[in-house]
Amino acid sequence: MEDTEILSGMAEIIQEITGVPKGDVQPDKAFIDDLEIDSLSMVEILVAAEERFGVRIPDEAARDLRTVRDAVQYIKTTGVAA
Amino acid sequence: MTDRPAVLVTGLGATTPLGGDVASTWSAMLAGRPGVRALTDTWAEELPVRIGAAVAVDPQDVLQRVRARTLDRSQQLALIAAQEAWADAGTPAVDPERLAVVVASGVGGVVTLISAYETFRDKGPRLVSPHTIPMLMPNGPAATVGLEFGARAGVHAPVSACASGSEAVAVALDVLRAGRADVVICGGTEAAIHPLCVMAFANMRALSLRNDDPAAASRPFDKARDGFVMGEGAAILVLETEQHARARGAKVYAELAGAGITSDAHHIAAPEPTGAGAARAIQLALRDADLAPTDLNHVNAHATSTPLGDVAECLALRTSLGAALDGIPVTAPKSMTGHMLGAAGAVEAVTTVLAVNEGVCPPTINIDDPDDDVDIDVVRFEPRKLQPGAAITNSFGFGGHNVTLAFREASA
Repeated sequence: MEDTEILSGMAEIIQEITGVPKGDVQPDKAFIDDLEIDSLSMVEILVAAEERFGVRIPDEAARDLRTVRDAVQYIKTTGVAA
Repeated sequence: MTDRPAVLVTGLGATTPLGGDVASTWSAMLAGRPGVRALTDTWAEELPVRIGAAVAVDPQDVLQRVRARTLDRSQQLALIAAQEAWADAGTPAVDPERLAVVVASGVGGVVTLISAYETFRDKGPRLVSPHTIPMLMPNGPAATVGLEFGARAGVHAPVSACASGSEAVAVALDVLRAGRADVVICGGTEAAIHPLCVMAFANMRALSLRNDDPAAASRPFDKARDGFVMGEGAAILVLETEQHARARGAKVYAELAGAGITSDAHHIAAPEPTGAGAARAIQLALRDADLAPTDLNHVNAHATSTPLGDVAECLALRTSLGAALDGIPVTAPKSMTGHMLGAAGAVEAVTTVLAVNEGVCPPTINIDDPDDDVDIDVVRFEPRKLQPGAAITNSFGFGGHNVTLAFREASA
């Protein structure tokens, strides 16, 4: 899967759950510091991403996903592996 | 009396089956307009009870979608009512550490709980929303309001079934008198019109079965009453110490002069038939407010339209007020709003405040043939002009909770 495809999927999920406009969900944005996503909504976003992209994001891995790029890369690599 | 502070009502907010705010609710009530309607949800088709009093304005149409999706409907309604009340109070400048919240509900986020279980069952455990607990916890509405206004002097959520809304106001009075806050945002909320809740009440034989005539189903004090109608809604009052309100030049609706709280220790759901516990609540409220029965110019009755409850309340009024009751106009707004459970006491606190403030009380509708055991002056057909003075409002809840609030005209 292409980075852009994952990015636009993540942007849709984030807009749906938090109301942050899709266009603001850029690779270098940090979920908490830039997009101001709270911890509960972050859990919801990652579960939605798991469903959408058919990947598993364990809590240990989720803790390291600081930016949108981190999440896109994680989904891309684990998706390829799966 | 002691040197405890006088407590004033400086802001009102509501969203009810009669309207999306205080003004529309109050004008519908004065016009005797019923808020009970047929339930149009498909789930209602199969049930023995197919009537209810849903809010007139859907909270999803008022709040932003993203905000609403992490709030239970009861929290949405509380937030909307609180925003109105706070604006109505003139968005008081108050030290956050002197601002408290007391917002009650009868059953909290029960619909959230049920739908979360449906997700668990149908889609699997992973998809249970991480927002479920904050949405279902009974203190959720209070916490939501506390967050909205940055209240740091304590957030409370008393739970006493259908007396919850009034108990919240009584607790707020205590908080202010105890000096723990200068301003309290208080009230009640409920959103539990769900097939499970409807049937749970219906199977207690508590609900009206008058499906063929929804607008006439809630008929407190009428001979043909056959139970209450489930409603939903929220109401919020802003209370302040007199000193705080006067210092900022606040608009004042009325004084919350006193409260009385008792418990029946009789039965988990049935009212105590003599109304003794309710009578004591009324007496305690009057004593707390330093009022005599003859000072009252209005009684807002709890009267839900159940065969037993309405009569027990009449007995309680007679026991507590004696001959003075004969000169006091009584009204039962649940004839129009249905029974908003944990919100009811708060909504009726708001309308009792308006009755005191404006010198007029709404009629009780649907009394075609008054019950022989009802020996009180129930206002019917049209609003009644009131003498200046004081009023009480009663709320009773499953569990044997009795709460009476006493309001009086605020001195200028």
